[in-house]
Amino acid sequence: MGKWTRRAFISAGVVAGGGLLLGVAIRPGNRATKLSQYVTDEGETLIHTWVKLDSNNVVTAIIPHAEMGQGAGTALAQMLADELDADWNLVKFEEAPALGEFANYPMGQSLLLAGADIPEFVLPTVEGALIRAAHALDLQITGGSLSVRATGAYGMRVAGAAVKEMLKTAAADAWQVPVNQVVAENSQLIHKVSGRVEPYAAFAESAAQMTPPVSPTLKSIDEFKIMGRHVERHDLPGKVDGTAIFSLDIRLPDMLYATVIRAPTFGGGIDSVDEVRTRAITGVVDVIRLPSTEVSSFLGKFTYTESIAVVANGYWAAKKGMDALNVKWRITENDAVSSEAIFEQFDRDITAGVDREPDITQGDLIASMGNAAKVITADYRVPFLAHTCMEPLNATAIVTDGRCEVWVGCQSPLSFRQSIADALGFDVENVTLHNCFMGGGFGRKSRPDYAIQAAQLAASLRRPVQLIWTREEDVRQDFYRPAVQSRFRAAIDKRGDLIAWENTYVDKHEPDEAALIPYSVDVQDIGHVRSPTHIPFGAWRSVAHSHHGFFTESFIDEVAVAAGQDPFHYRAARLQHLPRQLAVLTRAAKEAQWHRPLAQGRGRGISLQSSFGSIVAEVVEVTVKDGNLSVDRVVAVIDAGYAVSPDGMKAQIESGIIYGLSAALFGEISIKDGAVVESNFHDYQSVRMSDAPAIETYIINSGADWGGAGEPGTPPVASALTNAIFDAIGKRIRQLPIKNVDLQAAVKSSAAVS
Amino acid sequence: MIVITVNDTEQKLQVDPSTPLLWVLREQLALTGTKFGCGMGQCGACTVHINGVVMRSCVTPVSAVSGQKITTIEGLAPSNDELHPLQQAWIEEQVPQCGYCQSGQLMSAAALLETNPSPSDADISVAMAGNICRCGMYSRIRRAIKSAAVVGQFEPAATELMGEINDG
Repeated sequence: MGKWTRRAFISAGVVAGGGLLLGVAIRPGNRATKLSQYVTDEGETLIHTWVKLDSNNVVTAIIPHAEMGQGAGTALAQMLADELDADWNLVKFEEAPALGEFANYPMGQSLLLAGADIPEFVLPTVEGALIRAAHALDLQITGGSLSVRATGAYGMRVAGAAVKEMLKTAAADAWQVPVNQVVAENSQLIHKVSGRVEPYAAFAESAAQMTPPVSPTLKSIDEFKIMGRHVERHDLPGKVDGTAIFSLDIRLPDMLYATVIRAPTFGGGIDSVDEVRTRAITGVVDVIRLPSTEVSSFLGKFTYTESIAVVANGYWAAKKGMDALNVKWRITENDAVSSEAIFEQFDRDITAGVDREPDITQGDLIASMGNAAKVITADYRVPFLAHTCMEPLNATAIVTDGRCEVWVGCQSPLSFRQSIADALGFDVENVTLHNCFMGGGFGRKSRPDYAIQAAQLAASLRRPVQLIWTREEDVRQDFYRPAVQSRFRAAIDKRGDLIAWENTYVDKHEPDEAALIPYSVDVQDIGHVRSPTHIPFGAWRSVAHSHHGFFTESFIDEVAVAAGQDPFHYRAARLQHLPRQLAVLTRAAKEAQWHRPLAQGRGRGISLQSSFGSIVAEVVEVTVKDGNLSVDRVVAVIDAGYAVSPDGMKAQIESGIIYGLSAALFGEISIKDGAVVESNFHDYQSVRMSDAPAIETYIINSGADWGGAGEPGTPPVASALTNAIFDAIGKRIRQLPIKNVDLQAAVKSSAAVS
Repeated sequence: MIVITVNDTEQKLQVDPSTPLLWVLREQLALTGTKFGCGMGQCGACTVHINGVVMRSCVTPVSAVSGQKITTIEGLAPSNDELHPLQQAWIEEQVPQCGYCQSGQLMSAAALLETNPSPSDADISVAMAGNICRCGMYSRIRRAIKSAAVVGQFEPAATELMGEINDG
């Protein structure tokens, strides 16, 4: 879920790493000695950047990812513990501190070296360069469904295996026996010949003196003991009794509370403020204008326009004060922009095709269109979307004696820390960031605006302050999943075979391949035109896949229908070159009993989308009665290579489906007078218990490269749903959300397939 | 002065009487398990019980509950070393993801089981409709409510079950 690109990382990585591939000799050695001051308590020894052992033989995995609900800490600890042959009952994990020394270089390794075969003797050099690069880039990001497939695959497993080798060597040295006679098992080191058994902890200190091996031997899947096993998440007990600490729950002595508002029209500012009524409210302490702030980070360069905060001795007084504030906003050039105008612009720009850039061009499009038995065309649209994490944006800060301390829930602690330091004019060493549990993230909490505001308030007030955004501000000052239009033209021959696929959409975002289709078709022309708007862009769960999954998987359904063929078979016939995709699609159809006839008014739709290294197919079943839609059932199949934490993966898929379903059914941020119309959950609705389908998730462990789980569940659901509605009543939905579509008027078309 | 009883402890409060109960709980009483989500009774993150009845504390002025008995997530478990059957079921079904909405979900579910010890799917949908979970853990919440209803020590549930058994 990041706007950052692999391309950007590579170029930045090469610069920051000082000639990565030129082989600058930086041997990392054991960094643990230097780092241990930050993460160890009494009785604990840091053996490796990501591993410590205490005197009770408890292993703690240090996780360079934040917890926003995805449970990555558990899965990553499983990966580490398995390679370490630890006793799972003696494994804990904690989030890495927001310090450059704990930058996530394994993630960099995955992005930079994906698939590359590095000769063993160069590895230490690459490793050293990556540590420097990750540090320079503030790389400690949670997003892109990267935890398991990058940090886990390149970091936690290697760290676990390395520490095991170090412990075995330490034991062999102490026992004066050959290292190949030492066995590691259940957090014990065993020398069978002499009958010696000692806990890992006995050798922690001597292991910590060693240089970790860079490419220790990793287990094969059939040797996994903890990976693939159902384990309970460690963070749940605190989440059922109210004791889990989110940043909103931080309490500091003498703390003030604040709320904030920014110009509703993006890019706007404050013309004048009448504070008289606000200051008259009991409890209001101050009204403070916060300056426009430019932030440059790995995510790019952004300007957060000025805002105005009301500070009080409690949130309620601050909120009352905010309601009483009379602000005149500056007039901007965007004051007349509306959603209609934006979509008209998209339509114009696609038609004009100026500076159209290809994603893929192959074959002779003109000839194929000319030879077609039938040409199918369609335009699809999706609106802007907000994230609406359950926990409204908030941060708590204190500034004293040139030092700032911040408590926040964020997806990128290192870049937040740097941004706060920049905004205050402090050295980054003088900013301490405590990352708390996030009440949802979904991409929004990779933007540091709210944390900067809290720090600026604390600097101005010289007292601790907790800044809490209203839900209205959260909805109206988001960084939005963009509105997008996508135009298709496809050609089929006499037999219904797909012979050409043309697609033009507005504005390309990550991942690069999101608009590509897996189906074999010789002639393809997929490209995009630029059509910028003034609405701030944000990474939203699954980023560009969130809309292209709807577009391409709806249109292939239209093509199948035009060819008079079953949508599942039509897809399957064009996946013969991609056995994993075919297996996932086929399994979904099987589990959903694709060929079982449904009653009148019921329908079934299928969709397939590969994203973030994983392949997901979903089948949705609906009932449409008297124009009322009920989403009855979703069957999902995922191949993410191997499921480290099967129940955690299922939970992520369920979550991704409901998130995508909320967007498909209700999600719409509309623009009027340059600003967002919606404001809270009554007009920006979410799926509730009564709307939620039964979800069945099936996992295929194909043994292919590791894939992500946080995002891949989202992209297929909208198209599977609208394909199901078409199956039920013959109504093709090409614009989301579905709440705007009259399902009453539709009549089941005789051409529909079942 | 406003007097309320929160989790069996009497609290005397000097506050603006229009202050929603949510902020009194969180700021005056340091009971931060009850969450702020929307401020308009739309999302249910702030759900508490007033005399056993579900209430959205973000839109309930503290003056309106003067003299009343309030239960929050911190008071849901029967004792310090024992979880409420719903909390236990929440862990067994691995319900929470981010966990932010779960205090409110649990309070709504607890009130449901108090009055309807063996709820149907439709009963659950109605009772839980006021609680949004943006992580989308609805299937798990539903499963957990059902399993707690079966194992829970809910008197009427046991009676009804006996009735069913007797009915054959």
